[in-house]
Amino acid sequence: MDKLKIRNRLANDKLMLWSICILSALTAVPLLAILGEVLLRGYDQLSWSFFTEPTPTAYKAMKAIEAGEPIPGGIANGIVGTMIMLGMAVAAAVPLGILCGAFLAENGKNRFAQFVSYLTDLLQGTPSVIIGIITYIWVVVPMKGYSAIAGSVALCIMMLPLIIRSTEETLKILPASLKEAGLALGGNKARVMLKVQLPAAFGGIFTGILLAISRVIGETAPLMFTALGCSFIRFAIDKPISAVPLLIWEFFNDPNLQELIWGASLFLLLFVLTLNLTAKYLAKKWNQ
Amino acid sequence: MESVTSILEFKKTCVSYTKQTMAVKYVSAAIEKNTITAIMGPSGCGKSTLLRAVNLMHNLYPNIRVDGEILLNGENILAMEPIDVRRRVGMVFQRPAPFPTMSIYDNVLSGFALNGIKLSKAEKDATVERCLRSVALWDEVKDVLNKKGTFLSGGQQQRLCIARALAMKPDVLLMDEPTSALDPIATKHIEELLLELQQEVTILIVTHNMGQAKRISSKSMFMYLGELVEYGETETMFTNPVDERTKAYLTGKMG
Amino acid sequence: MNDKLYRITLFVSALIIPIVCGGVVYALVTDAHDAFEHFGFLNFLTSSEWSYTEGDERYGALPFITGTLLTTLLALIFCIPFSLPVALFVGEYFRDTKVASVLSTVTDLLAGIPSIIYGLWGFYTLRPIIMALDISPQGSSILTASLVLAIMIVPYAASLSSEFIKMVPNELKEGAYSLGATRAEVVCKVIFPMAGSGVFSSYVLAIGRALGETMTVTMLIGNTNNIPASITSTGNSMASIIANQFGEADSLRLSSLIAIGLILFLITALINMIGKVMIKRARIV
Repeated sequence: MDKLKIRNRLANDKLMLWSICILSALTAVPLLAILGEVLLRGYDQLSWSFFTEPTPTAYKAMKAIEAGEPIPGGIANGIVGTMIMLGMAVAAAVPLGILCGAFLAENGKNRFAQFVSYLTDLLQGTPSVIIGIITYIWVVVPMKGYSAIAGSVALCIMMLPLIIRSTEETLKILPASLKEAGLALGGNKARVMLKVQLPAAFGGIFTGILLAISRVIGETAPLMFTALGCSFIRFAIDKPISAVPLLIWEFFNDPNLQELIWGASLFLLLFVLTLNLTAKYLAKKWNQ
Repeated sequence: MESVTSILEFKKTCVSYTKQTMAVKYVSAAIEKNTITAIMGPSGCGKSTLLRAVNLMHNLYPNIRVDGEILLNGENILAMEPIDVRRRVGMVFQRPAPFPTMSIYDNVLSGFALNGIKLSKAEKDATVERCLRSVALWDEVKDVLNKKGTFLSGGQQQRLCIARALAMKPDVLLMDEPTSALDPIATKHIEELLLELQQEVTILIVTHNMGQAKRISSKSMFMYLGELVEYGETETMFTNPVDERTKAYLTGKMG
Repeated sequence: MNDKLYRITLFVSALIIPIVCGGVVYALVTDAHDAFEHFGFLNFLTSSEWSYTEGDERYGALPFITGTLLTTLLALIFCIPFSLPVALFVGEYFRDTKVASVLSTVTDLLAGIPSIIYGLWGFYTLRPIIMALDISPQGSSILTASLVLAIMIVPYAASLSSEFIKMVPNELKEGAYSLGATRAEVVCKVIFPMAGSGVFSSYVLAIGRALGETMTVTMLIGNTNNIPASITSTGNSMASIIANQFGEADSLRLSSLIAIGLILFLITALINMIGKVMIKRARIV
């Protein structure tokens, strides 16, 4: 009786172990399935012209399909647009985020800092589609039109909380002696922050920025109401502009262009995941 | 005749953490029933490691290897099911750690709950009272049995942990420096308690404190660098140690 | 730069966050005002009509609130059987091993995939399966969207839960083992009661993620503006109706969409706040 009971309990224990292993392994299935599908369907579309030519018109694509040829053109307009908007967003969000993160790290306990810290969480949790609405109201309406500027404002707002948090957290875990040593040598607080603390925190802040970029680069919803999209390569920042995720959305909705979905997705996916892995790798390396 | 009285016997017991280093080397010793045996030695000598081997605690960590034999009532526990062995061999750890999510009452009965053993209300009440009485905690907590044990003092928490182990009616109770986190008064209470408890259970206690070993144990082991250097009557060991290393340790020249 | 100027610079740049957040609330409230005034606040929340016939426009948020809550709830249910084992795998069973770090990387990568790509995968791979199984005729449904949503939130729930599982003190686990418990019993009777509130809070935050997820849901939910009759019927979530119609809307419809945005914002803010407070409490214990 006792022996039987022990055997039952051991069987339960085994069952639990195996179900955990199996269910955990199953979580890897979607990743492999997504990577596999995008890779298999997208890799033969990647060519030089895919990266240098803008999106074809639906008519051109239709003609090509009728003639049984591959669809001409590529996603150059999207890549250029993504780079321009990302560049502007990073240029604004990085200095602002670092300053704000430094403020939180230095004043962690005061009321206002805790309020800011709480609002940073709030902003980070705000759905991206709402950031899109807000930017539409703030930028698109007053400027009377969709633009690259509006798109980059949306991306910037989404990056800010991530950069603030990583800056704050990295500065907070620096040993206090570092700052004290700097101050003892006669530096004022600003100099110590600029010459001692920020360089020491560089690794953490840099990986934070990489993760923030990888988070927003695939964002589609906020760009739909701000950058809108554009079928040719454009460098003007006050006009509608395209972006890679916007192109995927367009291809998804246009039956003539559907063939281009997978190449664009493969490009975006590889870009995001590489950025992600690089950030994680650097974080691990710098932590040692 | 010895096999009748010895409840626990180490036979060339070895414990290794890595392939190269052995933390416990070929320990052989027989522990008598209803006695308190102290294991002494400088830190890192392998005394806790040896103790944990009896409860098969090392099975929880895949890289630790235990070789040789450890006999409990003549049966080699290294070949037995850990959950079976652990029910017959209780353990009390260095820092008192009652389960913070359970009441005092449930803490005493936690062994049954964890083992999935159902008891009637009367059996439960009787067990709780018996165990708390035998650790002299009953009068202090009988009115707060349904409160969490976390508000108790360190000494009371440790006694609760002893009660928790006793509830399973183990043959052997292992104690890993059970008083090192307690103040002198709480320590004194626990020591008095152990002297009484040896009537019902065989106690194997690891201690840093030579005075404690002298006060409570009838037999002592002295370990050094993983080896069992000396094992015998506590009286004899303190007055007339055989080995130079034991002498050096007991006179404070080592450790 | 002297200390005072430095302090002022930091303070001024920190002001950006209250300004942005204040601006979000102000802009949403002002632009949603029209819709609330026209239909009445309560009426807007409880009306299930969404028709833009000129001259007789009627907008209500109920179908979309229902759609959002339904997809989120289902996603949560589908996500638990996978995120909990992953959390135990990484935080307890194979803690600090190579396999555990591989699994963490897998979930990190899952978290990194853009939502539009999840949507594509759902549309081209999962939807045909749903159709083949005869669950829903077009394959797009509340269920389809929830399944993909579940995959998306597994990483968030799992990584945070595993942190709380790791925080359970070793001495408690050893104490339970010393009484003869098996590992499964230690997990159920010691680890879960200890880490429970933390694990729970990580699911609250995962819900916060699922509520506002836009592209995936838009591509898979079927985009019909009525209250879903069952989980296999089509619908729209708050985020997906905005994504679908914001570009073409003006005046009253635009204001109604923004009103839906405001409601979504408030719900996510509330859920996230509850989650954060619970996490703080769970960390102290």
